[in-house]
Amino acid sequence: MATTTSSDHHLPKQGWYKRNEIAITPWLFLIPGMLMFAIYVIYPIIQSFNISLYKWNGLGTLADNAKYVGLANYEKLLFRDGKFETALINNLKWLILYLLAIPAGLLIAIFLNQTVRGIRLYKSMFFFPFVISQVVVGLVFTWFYDPQYGLFNGIIGIFGIEPVNILGDRNLATYGVIAAGLWPQTAYCMILYLTGLNAVDPEQVEAARLDGAKGHKMLWYVIIPQLKPATFIAFVVTIIGALRSFDLISVMTNGGPFGKSTLVLSFYMYEKALGEFGLKMGYAAAIAVVLFLIMLVFIGYFLWSMYQDEKAAKH
Amino acid sequence: MRSMLKASVAALATVVALTGPASAELTGDLRINLDTSNPAPRATMEAMIARFQAANPALNITTTVIDREAYKTQIRNFLSADAPDVLTWYAANRMRPYVEAGLLEDVSDMWADGTTIANELASTKGAMTIDGKQWGVPYTYYQWGIYYRKDIYEELGLSEPANFDEMLSNCEAMIASGRKCYTIGTKWLWTASGWFDYLNMRTHGFDFHMSMARGEVEWTDPRVRETFENWGKLVRMGAFVDDHQNKDWQQSLPFLVNGEAGAILKGNFAVAPLRDAGLTDDQLDFHQFPMITEGVAMAEDAPTDTFHIAAGAQNKDNARAFLAFVASAAEQTEINNGSNLGQLPVNATSSIDDDKFLKEGFAMLSSNSPGGVAQFFDRDFPAEMAKAAMEGMQEFMVFPDNLDEILERLEEVRQDVY
Repeated sequence: MATTTSSDHHLPKQGWYKRNEIAITPWLFLIPGMLMFAIYVIYPIIQSFNISLYKWNGLGTLADNAKYVGLANYEKLLFRDGKFETALINNLKWLILYLLAIPAGLLIAIFLNQTVRGIRLYKSMFFFPFVISQVVVGLVFTWFYDPQYGLFNGIIGIFGIEPVNILGDRNLATYGVIAAGLWPQTAYCMILYLTGLNAVDPEQVEAARLDGAKGHKMLWYVIIPQLKPATFIAFVVTIIGALRSFDLISVMTNGGPFGKSTLVLSFYMYEKALGEFGLKMGYAAAIAVVLFLIMLVFIGYFLWSMYQDEKAAKH
Repeated sequence: MRSMLKASVAALATVVALTGPASAELTGDLRINLDTSNPAPRATMEAMIARFQAANPALNITTTVIDREAYKTQIRNFLSADAPDVLTWYAANRMRPYVEAGLLEDVSDMWADGTTIANELASTKGAMTIDGKQWGVPYTYYQWGIYYRKDIYEELGLSEPANFDEMLSNCEAMIASGRKCYTIGTKWLWTASGWFDYLNMRTHGFDFHMSMARGEVEWTDPRVRETFENWGKLVRMGAFVDDHQNKDWQQSLPFLVNGEAGAILKGNFAVAPLRDAGLTDDQLDFHQFPMITEGVAMAEDAPTDTFHIAAGAQNKDNARAFLAFVASAAEQTEINNGSNLGQLPVNATSSIDDDKFLKEGFAMLSSNSPGGVAQFFDRDFPAEMAKAAMEGMQEFMVFPDNLDEILERLEEVRQDVY
C-alpha cells in the first residue's frame, strides 16, 4: 500500500505520453499498417463503388469523361448479361471443386509424413508445383490436354476412349482449368498439413494406440482434430484462391472458347476493364463490387470464426 | 555483318540527310513509344529512328518499345498519365476512343490540300479521318487473301477459284483427298472475323459491310443471315481444321506446312513464318478471295498501322517532323522492304519490294479492289461490338446450328453499343 502511494506521488512529474504509454503505443505501431490499409484497400473499395455508378471508358478523368448512370450497370449485369451468369456458375464450380485440394493435400501429407531415406527430396518434389509460376502450370496443362499431341488423350486412348478436346469443349473446359489449378493448390495444402502433422502430440497418439485405435479411426478421431488449425488455414487459402483464379484462365483459354466457357468473375472484370476490347470501366467496377461482396461473405465468416476461437481461448 | 549493317545504315542516313527537306535543324527532346516488339519490326523501327537521329544530331530521342499485346492496354495509361510525343497505333475505329477522349493530336495541318502527305498518302486519308480531321500518318499496310499450297492444288488438278462454287468444289476435292481445305486458329477470335469480313463483303459488298460497322444494320437482318449461311456451307462440309477454337494462328500454320490443309485466309504477315517453316515460293501461292455474288464489286481488307502524336506531347514540332519523315517515300520504301517489315508502303511514290506476294498484293489492292478497302473487322467495328461478334463467329464455326441464338445475342449487343 505504501509503495502504491509513493508511485502515485511520482506520477505528475511524468509526461503525457509516459502516462498514456500503455494505451497509445499499440496504436502507434498500428498506424503505418492502418494507413497502408486505408490507402491501398479501403479507399480503392470506395472508389470502385463510385466508378461502378458511371459509364466510363477509362480515358481521361472520371469528372470530365464519365456519365453518371446510377445503378444501370448493376441492372444490366444482374439481369441481362448471360456472360455474368456463366461466370457466376463457373465461380461456384471453382469454389466447390477447389476444396478437393484439402483432402488431397491431407492424404499426400500423411503419406509423406514418415522417416524414409530421402524423404525430404520426395517432399520437395510434391511441393514443386506450388513453387513454379501459375503461368507455367497453365502452359504445361495446355500441352497435356492438347487434342492432337497431348499426353491426356494418349492415356485415355489406352482405355479405348475417343480423344476429347477438353479446353475446346464448352462443358469440359472449366473442369480442365480447375484440374490444373488443383495441382499447385494440393501441394499448398500438403505443406500446411505437413507442418500441422509435426505439431501432433505423440503422447496422444500413443495413448490412442494403447486404447486400440488404428487406421482411419485413429485418423478421424485423433489426428484430424489436432490438425484443426491447419485445416482452417487450408480452407481459407483455398476459398480465396478459387475466387481469385485468373492466371490459369488467362493462359489456358483466355475466358473462351466461345467467349465465356471458362469465364469467372475476376477474369470477366479484367476483360471488361483492361482487356483488348475492354474500355468499360464502370461496368467492370460493378463486377468488382459483386465479386467483393461475395468474398466479403467468406472473409466475414473467417473473421467471425477466428474471433470466436480467440474468445474461447481467453476463457 | 554487324559492321556492314551499321555502315549501310550510316550511308542511308547520309543520303536521307542530304535529300531530306532542308528545314531548320531540330533541337530538344523527342519521346517515341513503339508497339513493334517482334524482332524484325523492332530492328526496322530502331534503324529508322537512327536515321532520323543522324539527320537531326542535336535532337535527344528516347524510344520505348512495349510488347505488342501489352501495348494495347498500356496505351490508355501512358496517353493520359505520361504522354510520349509520338506513338504507334492503328487506323479507323481502333483510334476512335482516344480521339474522342481528346488524347490524340489533330494533325489535319499535315494533310492539308497540296501538302506532300495529302498528295502521296491520299489512299489512306479516309482511314485516318474522324470528324473530318486527320489524327496521324500511316507507315505500312498489308493485304489479306488466301495463301494456298500450289503444289497440292496442282496434284489434285485444282486451280485458283474464280467464284464461290469453284471454291466449294475445290474444297470437296481437297476433303476427298483426306485433307482440310482451310486451316485457322480461332483462340484469339480475330482470325474468324477475317472470314466474316470477306464473306460479307463478297456477298453484299463493301458499303453494306461498312453500314453494319456503323450499326445501321440489324444482326438479325436476312442479309446478315445470308452471309453466315454461305459460311455455314464451308463449316458444314468440314472445310476448316478441327479444334481450331483453342489454337492461335501460329499453331494453325503447321497444317498448311505439313500439307494437312490446303490454304489459309490470312494477312501477308503469315508469309514470313511459312517461309521460315520451309515452304518455298513454288509451293506457296496467293489468290484473291473469290467472288460470291455476281456484280458485287470486290473489296479487300488491308489493315494500316499508323503513327500518332499524343495530345499531351511536350515537343509537338519535333513530333510533326518525325511524322513527315515517316511518311516520306524514301523511308516507306526502306522500312517496308523484304528484309524489314515485308509489307506495303502507303506512300504512292514509294517502290514496292521485289517480292512475289507483295507485288501480287499491291496489284490486287490498287487495281482489283474497286469496292473499297476495309481496315479489318476489329478495327472497323466498335470494340464491344467486335468482341461480342467475334465470339459469336467462333461459336458459329463450331456449332453452326446455333446461328439464330448467336444473331439474336449480337443484335442485343448492337442495340446497347450504338
